[in-house]
Amino acid sequence: MTGLLRGRNFLPLRDMKPSYDVVIIGGGVQGLSTAYYLAAHHGIKNIAVLERAYIGAGASGRNTQVVRSNYNTPETIPFYKESLQMYSTLAQELDFNLMFSNQGEIDLVHTDDSWRVENDKCLLNQRMGVNTRMLTPSEILEVCPHIDLSGGGKLPVIGASYHPPCSFVRHDSVVWGYASAAARLGVHIHEQTRVTGIETDGGTCRGVVTDRGPIAAGAVLSAVAGWSSEVAAMAGLKLPIVTHPLQAFVTEPVKPVISGLVCSFDAMLYISQTQRGELLAGAEILPYNTYSSRSGFDFIAECAARALMFLPLMGKARLMRQWTGLCDMTPDSSPILGESEVERFFLSAGMGTWGFKTAPVAGRSMAEHIATGKVPTVMKPFLPGRFRSDRMVPDAASAGTH
Amino acid sequence: MGLRIPCPHCGLREYSEFGFGGEVRELESPDLERDFERVYLNDNAPGPQLERWFHAYGCRRWFTITRDTVTNQIVDSTESA
Repeated sequence: MTGLLRGRNFLPLRDMKPSYDVVIIGGGVQGLSTAYYLAAHHGIKNIAVLERAYIGAGASGRNTQVVRSNYNTPETIPFYKESLQMYSTLAQELDFNLMFSNQGEIDLVHTDDSWRVENDKCLLNQRMGVNTRMLTPSEILEVCPHIDLSGGGKLPVIGASYHPPCSFVRHDSVVWGYASAAARLGVHIHEQTRVTGIETDGGTCRGVVTDRGPIAAGAVLSAVAGWSSEVAAMAGLKLPIVTHPLQAFVTEPVKPVISGLVCSFDAMLYISQTQRGELLAGAEILPYNTYSSRSGFDFIAECAARALMFLPLMGKARLMRQWTGLCDMTPDSSPILGESEVERFFLSAGMGTWGFKTAPVAGRSMAEHIATGKVPTVMKPFLPGRFRSDRMVPDAASAGTH
Repeated sequence: MGLRIPCPHCGLREYSEFGFGGEVRELESPDLERDFERVYLNDNAPGPQLERWFHAYGCRRWFTITRDTVTNQIVDSTESA
């Protein structure tokens, strides 16, 4: 609780220096966690985080709340598992209440094909030390009694995979927690500062140009979620990324009625309940790319109809709010982490619909990468060169939507 | 988001009737390097974007439009093979 009570001025206003050891573009969870681990683990404290709006204004403040480790490939499972482990003790480390709570996740299965996919996932998860197992319909009702197993008469449930370690974290608190801990270690966080150019010299990055003047830097990290292509273009790079919008909505707060996350990959739907009591539902990304974060009624109509198939009691709750976040989607639905073709210009990109879950492990790995030049083992599969060398980490089936 | 796409044959229809083909890219490439770029890399730029759509629940034809990716306004629509 001390973090919340310490007061609101946790971001000290600093004068912008003409030069920093590391400049991080983007004040979201990825940029701020990298800044924190650079300062806390590697003693690099001469760091600037440049945010064009306010911290957490982009995708970090627009995702939902889920962190989990039930992924589908041998590369992604250890990565997300480590991230979830770090999240579970992060509140103590940052001295900030992140409202972490262990909830569990149910992935509903409707067809023999999806049963095989989920069962394979369980076996791979168990092999790699992640607790995911299959449930029968009656076991589903023991975990979450309100689910309509007939799927509204349209999509009957024949089983589910269950992932007890799935947890909820308050996303804004993660942003503020990392920001305040980094600021205490001397990191400068400059809000309302837009990067307009990246200075390169013979294939090496030398700094950035901002609307408040140029800054020289020993290393520059782009951690801008949906806008990765725009920032990379400033350094003359083209990325394997397309920006798609993802929407979600919450109802008015009600008493606790569902435990954990309930989702269906066949219906492309997920429902959970926030710790304030709101029922939160979302679906897949829109099929076309856009930088517009306007929300639409067609999404609410479609998503609410799907939600009511499995959770009819939601029909009594009034809809309160909807929002849209921008996701930079990669061809393989895995993040892009590491030094780019421009030396000393690092990418924390391709954060799609899975970036929030990776924040602690991606930030810690990226910090080590920038500080020492080494590539930590968990980060190795996600280097930017993997598309050229045909070493993709295809994980769309488990990384999508939530 | 209520996006409506002007099909050159069927008129203005909801985007859900269409398949999105992404930004227009080269159909052939002279070497492996350009092939890699053609398959994997995207401009993904804010502003006007030349892009392909397929009217799956309509005339079932491909066409090309120019859409502003910041405002979603459609600037131009043409028929194409």
